[in-house]
Amino acid sequence: MSTRKTSEPFWWGLFSVGGVVAAFLVPVHLFLHGLAVPLGWIPVSPARIQALVGHPLIKLYLFVLIALPLYHWAHRFRFILEDVGLHALRAPIAVLSYGSAVVGTVLTLWVLLR
Amino acid sequence: MSEETITLEVTRYRPGHDREPRAQTFSVPYRKDWVVLDALNHIKDRTDGTLSYRWSCRMGVCGSCGMMVNGVPKLTCAAFLRDYHPGPIRVEPLANFPVVRDLVISLDDFMEKLRRVKPWIIREVEKPVAEGEYLQTPAQLDLYKQFSMCINCMLCYAACPVYGLDPVFIGPAAIALGYRYNLDSRDEGYRIRQPILTEAVGVWDCTFVGECSVVCPKGVDPAAAIQRSKVAGAKEWFMSMLLPWGGR
Amino acid sequence: MTTVPRRDRPGFYYPKPPATWWLRRPNYVLFMLRELSSVFIAIFLVLLLVQIHQLSQGPAAYAAFVERLRSPGWIAFHVVALAFALYHSITWFNLTAVVQVVRLGERQVPPRLVAAANFLLWGVVSLVILFFFLLGG
Ligand code: SF4
Ligand code: FES
Repeated sequence: MSTRKTSEPFWWGLFSVGGVVAAFLVPVHLFLHGLAVPLGWIPVSPARIQALVGHPLIKLYLFVLIALPLYHWAHRFRFILEDVGLHALRAPIAVLSYGSAVVGTVLTLWVLLR
Repeated sequence: MSEETITLEVTRYRPGHDREPRAQTFSVPYRKDWVVLDALNHIKDRTDGTLSYRWSCRMGVCGSCGMMVNGVPKLTCAAFLRDYHPGPIRVEPLANFPVVRDLVISLDDFMEKLRRVKPWIIREVEKPVAEGEYLQTPAQLDLYKQFSMCINCMLCYAACPVYGLDPVFIGPAAIALGYRYNLDSRDEGYRIRQPILTEAVGVWDCTFVGECSVVCPKGVDPAAAIQRSKVAGAKEWFMSMLLPWGGR
Repeated sequence: MTTVPRRDRPGFYYPKPPATWWLRRPNYVLFMLRELSSVFIAIFLVLLLVQIHQLSQGPAAYAAFVERLRSPGWIAFHVVALAFALYHSITWFNLTAVVQVVRLGERQVPPRLVAAANFLLWGVVSLVILFFFLLGG
């Protein structure tokens, strides 16, 4: 009965899931990998990290951590551009934003699965 | 000594004469118990009878006296001069709407949008009057009560940048009202109404700025209604993808 | 179904918000900052992906990359990004608590309580990740 002529719910769904992932997981990772490790607050050994990243469950976790918030970014970035006066270009902006997130997803898979 | 006064900068716009609205300054008596609407009435009675604006109830019920007061959408019958003392107070027509004259804006677009969400109880089959009214428990009433408090004052539209950027957006109050009937236990119109809320220009344009709920004088919280409609719409979308044969 | 509002009634004045509308009210600015947080989060995640990639290029490449992150520019970036990420988390939990109606029996759980539960869970999850990394890395 209902004809779904819009793909908006799909992208919005990915946006929300990505937003949840970003809210729960990103701050602590940002602290760890952006500050604590580079500043030497936490000693790390590349070999052990490599072993860690090699674990399938960790790979799955990293995929969720990196790929899903990209859709959260794409959705918000799309509307930021519209909001600052590019409203007339909304269609190409949407394609470019979500398209970049899809490319990012593929890249994430490539890095993790190689 | 003459009594204390306060300055009002009121937007004037004469259709056919002015290319753009402009501000006109009026000085009115400052009274602690006066609202902005009282000041406008004073101007109309004593200074300039051509000043145009809408109002009716003077008690925050009719929803017709909405204007921008110092840039914020307000019911002018509930905006006290004392809260803006010492002034000047900027009074402008509600933002985002076409201006008809002075402080009067056009309601056409809003009315069309309200009608679109079918804000009435839809029944598959009406039950005969002889069988009595449709009963509802207090708990069932509580589900939607908040969203039924809307007085159609359109302050939320004036606060909504998404509507301002593109009036195609169906907007806060209309969605809140559609949502209100979707929640009503007596209603059977969900399947008709929900697709209207979740079509492209329905809920998805909203970026959850949230200002509609901040300015609403009745605590309706349209922003929550919109987000909940999105959640429902997204769930249904994914379900219809997973179960394409599902009886939707 | 979709009717485009008419924008051409003679005599009507049609206002148009400027591109800088979001500077007009503090809440609009906060909204824009909230939306902007996604950009910083995305940049960080891309950096993280690069870091993982460097790991597979051998310990030397990885060490070089981490060394580059020590530059004041990148540290400043990560400090700012962390602030944005925290802002995202806080706004996200507060907003979703209003959206998601949680019911216990007939009564609705107050949104504040739902938000508090989310904040608590966030803290626990963050600590678990921290310890996992301390032990595993
Ligand atoms: S939702 Fe609130 S602000 Fe919007 S029209 Fe109704 S009463 Fe006015
Ligand atoms: S005059 Fe009726 S709400 Fe203000």
